[in-house]
Amino acid sequence: MRKLGAIAIGGILTAAFASAALADFPSRTVTYVIPFNPGGASDETARMKESFFTELTGQQLVISYRPGAGGAVGWANLNDYAGDGYTIMGVNLPHIITQPLLGGVGYETDDIVNIHIFHYTPHALVVRSGSEFETLEDLIEVASSNPGALTFAGSGSHSANHLAQQAFDQLAGVTTTYVPMSGAAPAQAALLGGHITGAWLDTASVARLGDQVRMLAGAMEERISLFPDVPTFTELGIDLVGGTHRGVAVPQSTPPELRTAWSELIAAIATDPEFIEKMEAGGYVVTNIRYEDMDAFMSDRIQDYTNLLEQMGVLN
Amino acid sequence: MEILAYLAAALTFENLLYALVGVVLGTAIGALPGLTATMALAVLVPFTFTMAPASAMIALGAIYTGALYGGAYSAILINTPGTPSAIATTFDGFPLTRKGEGSFAVSLACVSSVAGGLIGGLLLLMLAPPLATLALAFGPVEYFWIALLGLTLISAISEGNVLKGLIGGCIGLLLSMVGAAVMGGDLRFTFGTPHLVGGVEMISALIGLYCIPILIDLVAEPERGLFTGKRTTHVPLRRTLKASWDGKVNLLRSGAIGTLVGALPGAGGSIASLVAYSEVRRSSRQPEKFGKGAPEGLQATESANSATVGGGFIPTLVLGIPGTPPDAVILAAVMVQGVRTGPELFSSHADIAYTFIFGLLIATIFMFPVGLVLGRWAYNIVADLPKALLVPTVAFMCVIGSFAIHNNINDVRMMVVLGVFGWLMSRLGFGPSPIVLGLILGPIAEQGLVQGFLIGGASGNVLGMFFGRPISLVIILLILLALAYPLLFRRSRRGNYDASE
Repeated sequence: MRKLGAIAIGGILTAAFASAALADFPSRTVTYVIPFNPGGASDETARMKESFFTELTGQQLVISYRPGAGGAVGWANLNDYAGDGYTIMGVNLPHIITQPLLGGVGYETDDIVNIHIFHYTPHALVVRSGSEFETLEDLIEVASSNPGALTFAGSGSHSANHLAQQAFDQLAGVTTTYVPMSGAAPAQAALLGGHITGAWLDTASVARLGDQVRMLAGAMEERISLFPDVPTFTELGIDLVGGTHRGVAVPQSTPPELRTAWSELIAAIATDPEFIEKMEAGGYVVTNIRYEDMDAFMSDRIQDYTNLLEQMGVLN
Repeated sequence: MEILAYLAAALTFENLLYALVGVVLGTAIGALPGLTATMALAVLVPFTFTMAPASAMIALGAIYTGALYGGAYSAILINTPGTPSAIATTFDGFPLTRKGEGSFAVSLACVSSVAGGLIGGLLLLMLAPPLATLALAFGPVEYFWIALLGLTLISAISEGNVLKGLIGGCIGLLLSMVGAAVMGGDLRFTFGTPHLVGGVEMISALIGLYCIPILIDLVAEPERGLFTGKRTTHVPLRRTLKASWDGKVNLLRSGAIGTLVGALPGAGGSIASLVAYSEVRRSSRQPEKFGKGAPEGLQATESANSATVGGGFIPTLVLGIPGTPPDAVILAAVMVQGVRTGPELFSSHADIAYTFIFGLLIATIFMFPVGLVLGRWAYNIVADLPKALLVPTVAFMCVIGSFAIHNNINDVRMMVVLGVFGWLMSRLGFGPSPIVLGLILGPIAEQGLVQGFLIGGASGNVLGMFFGRPISLVIILLILLALAYPLLFRRSRRGNYDASE
């Protein structure tokens, strides 16, 4: 017992020292590396945090870019940065799970120290507003009697959009054709041009398309304020909940107290009502998965995505 | 007359200042190889956060316009496209410089860019909704055919040695396959190294293949200078304006092509200028002049790539789909300001949309004086620097430029490797342009082909998918014309000889 007590006291002392050292953290400019090109959702949601971060800490958050191979170039280099808390990097799920599973990208999922996930964009099944499909039931009915005839565009292969399409096919018991496009913009153009039946997008990109499109269902837990009339998949009896999660990671050499400090900082931004309002107006769903809950969250996701990729037959 | 009120809103002192500063900064950044319009925008975006939304968009639009034009400087003066959309500008721009006409070429590029920019901007102002509808009629199959149309340029730019041109094109197509495939996600030709998963970086390839061989040649041959002709001492303004007036049909047509291709999400400036170049060459009475310093070629490419600015904003503003990568940055910047873009922009924020379009037109007009002055300056630097300084300076810029793309040393390595490869190829008589055409157009053709098969297969009519759609048929006709034209042309000229004998 005495030993345990000593450890506890030691722990408290360490924590006290750490928090004293952290009282003025961050004390200079922080670099926020986005492993994608500027202009995407990762960039946009990083920039949304800028002014809140400055207000909170008095320091600047400088966004820089290290794009390539769908984010893999940045993540493969994450641990080369100094672990002093002044470099953080954006992370996206399912990317950081599916890329290493599919192989050859130069990093493993475990190499990445995720410290906080602050929002997600739920999958959205979308048709254009002139489409014959008014409801998800209509679409499933036609899809089940015509296997493979309905085509759905999405951004890239083995991407969040592709996984959503695969999961939907399994859950709804239908077969549809997925048409990978080189990005979200070409997929949306193919959708509006009527070249395909529909598209797997996410709520944020649907928000930008306005009434040109009809979202048949979204993969959020409950309906969101921007689309009050759009049902969730769960409401319609299809257990599809998920999307692209975006968060922040630090290099492995970053000490635990700095990891927690960052998680707290981002949580403080992502619980600010003004920030939440801004994000929701753009179709983003704010969530707060903190550092201490990260392992449990990640192992669930790894399980899900591994199963999906196995069923798709793309894992060796 | 609400529209005049929007014009007045664009004409405030602040907005004019933003437009002017934006054009100057954009031109300067775009002139450096490797620093693209997208990067220029991303770096300067934070400065716009404190501005009103319409002013922010004007500043960003001005930077974008300037950066595309700035890319022409390095293309014309040192044969290195500063941005991918300036590739075709090297075809005739650099031969003009070689002849000692660099100053004329830079001024001509300026006037052509202003013309193209105005055409794109005016079409955006007046015809945005119908042009957006037209752009949407282009599906995956049409993208495939457009990429093929671009590839037919290989036969045009390698006249006299079509076989080597075709081999170069095939090398480019092979290089374009390196990395993770968009369709299917397979890793191709990566040889197990993660450095190749991202594929061959376009800017590294441009700098390496175009610039490095020239630098090596300059160093290897002590007698050789960048120019053969005399250095001009004044801006040949009158000559430039006369050439522009004479080429007005070309400027208009290329501007229209640039606007339409720019409005196709995912196609972008590089293809617009290639298609415009191919068209002006095909319709010329003297196609053999092209590639050897034909002013018409330069006019076509610069008019077309500047028109993609206005064109790209058509889907961006009307549909909410960014037409080009820089548009995506501008969209995101405006979103951060709390303005919802997309179809609602014109109805609920018409003031912002129209003020922005007028701002873009004003920035384009500013480009005329700014471009002439900066162009003159750039020409003087390149012309006055002794070779012993010019070569290391350009080499340094090549390294910085390829590093700046992604802050990644691997892009520099790729630039150097491709540079040495390009030099060896040029010794064997292979030019860089067919390789680069293959590299750019390969992925677009491949994706369009596979998407066409998937969609056609789902409806059970693959052939009809590729050959049964009106726009496809028009593009196929253009491809056939481009391919058959040299044959027909040769025959008719032989006919003339017969008549004169």
